[in-house]
Amino acid sequence: MSDNCKCDEHVQHKSRRKVLKSLAAGIGLIALPGREASASVWEEFFQKHFRELSKEELKQVITRLEKKYSQQFGKQVNVKATPPIEGVKYGYGLDLSRCIGCRRCVYACVGENNQSRDPQIHWIRVMQLDKEKGVDLSHAEHYYNPATVPEKGHFYMPVQCQQCEKPPCTKVCPVQATWKENDGIVVIDYNWCIGCRYCMAACPYGARHFNWGKPGLPAKDVNTNTHYLGNRPRPKGVVEKCTFCIQRTREQPGRYPACEEICPVGARKFGNLLDPESEIRYLIENKRVFIFKEDLNTQPKFFYFYAT
Amino acid sequence: MKNIWHFFTGTLMLVSKGSKAYYGWVLVLLTLMAIGAAAYFQQMNEGLIVTNMRDQVSWGFYISNFTFLVGVAAAAVLLVIPAYVYHWKPIKEIAVLGELLAVSAIVMCLLFVTADLGHPERFWHLIPKIGRLNFPQSLLAWDVVVLNTYLILNLTIAVYILYSLYYKRTPNKSFTTPLLLLSIPSAISIHTVTAFLYNGLGARPFWNSSILVPRFLASAFCSGPAFMIIIFFLVRKYTKFRIDDKAIQKVAELIAYAMFVNLLLLGAELFKEYYTASAHLAPVQYLFQGLHGHSALVPWIWTAMVFNITAFFLFLVPDTRRNNVTLMIACILVFVGVYIEKGMGLVIPGFIPDVLHEIYEYSPTGVELLVSVGIWATGLFVFTMLLRVAIPILNGDFHVADDGVGSYIGDQLFLVQQEPEDMAKRDDSGDEYAD
Repeated sequence: MSDNCKCDEHVQHKSRRKVLKSLAAGIGLIALPGREASASVWEEFFQKHFRELSKEELKQVITRLEKKYSQQFGKQVNVKATPPIEGVKYGYGLDLSRCIGCRRCVYACVGENNQSRDPQIHWIRVMQLDKEKGVDLSHAEHYYNPATVPEKGHFYMPVQCQQCEKPPCTKVCPVQATWKENDGIVVIDYNWCIGCRYCMAACPYGARHFNWGKPGLPAKDVNTNTHYLGNRPRPKGVVEKCTFCIQRTREQPGRYPACEEICPVGARKFGNLLDPESEIRYLIENKRVFIFKEDLNTQPKFFYFYAT
Repeated sequence: MKNIWHFFTGTLMLVSKGSKAYYGWVLVLLTLMAIGAAAYFQQMNEGLIVTNMRDQVSWGFYISNFTFLVGVAAAAVLLVIPAYVYHWKPIKEIAVLGELLAVSAIVMCLLFVTADLGHPERFWHLIPKIGRLNFPQSLLAWDVVVLNTYLILNLTIAVYILYSLYYKRTPNKSFTTPLLLLSIPSAISIHTVTAFLYNGLGARPFWNSSILVPRFLASAFCSGPAFMIIIFFLVRKYTKFRIDDKAIQKVAELIAYAMFVNLLLLGAELFKEYYTASAHLAPVQYLFQGLHGHSALVPWIWTAMVFNITAFFLFLVPDTRRNNVTLMIACILVFVGVYIEKGMGLVIPGFIPDVLHEIYEYSPTGVELLVSVGIWATGLFVFTMLLRVAIPILNGDFHVADDGVGSYIGDQLFLVQQEPEDMAKRDDSGDEYAD
């Protein structure tokens, strides 16, 4: 008897889902041109939160996205969802005595991470500061533009996501669209973000950026090696941020973040905070290190230091 | 069930009837709503880039209006307390109007937040179980909960009372009293939570001050009741509804106290910032004096200061409070003053200078203004419709007909200037039955 019931329930459930599905498809058909396109629009609308997707569902989502991006840009775009590596917590070091303020990191980041070129979105902001005044932001020059850098009497301070251990941004998100992964990287599910920008108000580092308009990303500039939580092309109306190049650093063997790789003076250091032999650990233990806005207790994993 | 349906069709019939002034007013509102909708459509197509908000100032005019209107909504409690806790009759007769104002204000709040979203179609992510509401961590999640609770509470109370009166029944006290009592902490909560939303951000020193909540509440108890008094005057002038002068005077007196507390707290804040003169002074300087040559808000905030202080004295001095002309002026001054102070004056300096001390000056674009006008028109439309039904019911001009099915509509016109000598004869005018 009870077995029968279960069976009935199952059938009912299935048929209800079918009805819902065909209903959704039907509405889609009316509202939008092209049967296939509309089906994927509805799939995207009803997509679950990234962390609730089963392996199978994740695979479907990735296939759908790869197809969409490949069509959009006319070349094969790969989307990964590589999980964190066990025993790894990423840390970043930035040598203020070496940085010359050339902004190569800014543009390497844009190229690597598929940021919008028009309107421009930069995940790294370099400030020009007066040597006399030290790290006093009220004198910061954000849009310095001399023929050559560094300029006399100044030093330069690049700021990007500090990958806080206690991120104020994830705490405030009303829908849990942003969170800290086990390797310490703060990520965003662009398909879940509702675009309320509360995280931007909460971030003390100006690290979060909003797609105010439709991102302008020319097909020739697209980096086709992407991660779901990182540099895949974004829609308008969502927030994005630095992920320590999650599409590079989570690979095995991993690659350095694009900003680290491009730096012409070796001011940028990157490594595993849990590995006592790593360069980043050496720097923290042996150099004069400070973290930005320490008083807010956000506990950044981004360490500024003076090597000389 | 059938009764509800008859009530509903009756109200539809009622709102379709009115004077020329009524039709004109509704037409104006509908036009503004259509214009706002068109502007919003453009924003949906092109993205929020049609606004002047940018990464540096990531919230602007929409959220400023939202914040102000939460205050207006919360203020209904100033009528509920004397009416239902102290059973003060002159206010009890008009408390329902306060609840209807709260409903309309919350509708505007929800619309303003929605207009500010990058992906409004993903609103379902906020629904617990179906989506992933980040409760209790996110204060915005709290706001979603308390605003909706407050909306449902006020709507339930007001509709239930009006529905009962329509069917000539006495509203059941054991149903309304608990809800009314619950609406008091609920009103406090919507404004507290909205203040906490800003208050809890260490990144923004301008908001990260513990007197933000009391400041919010004090200013809410100015702007909301001031709007109420303006409405009372209009209702008295253009409908048959009688409002006791005593009620208006009591509300005006409460505004005087609230404005005193509001100014005191503002003074405390300014003292702390200017005397300490730390790096956290910058946003206050931007607001009141201008910073590095940027001073878009300075004339506005000083206007607000002059308005609020002038209004305070107009409310405080008995002669000006009892004079209807000066009282009306005071109400308008308070409403505008608090609109500036608790709207743009509160939200924008949180972002200027930004967290890396960059100054990006913000002022709303045409699209932002049109969308906002559309939302205000929507709120006023909702309020007009609610009053169109509520006032005849309270007057006994709209109730179930003798056959128990149709409705009696005594007040065909609504919004007609009332002549004092007409008042007495008014009772037996209009005798039309409709089903």
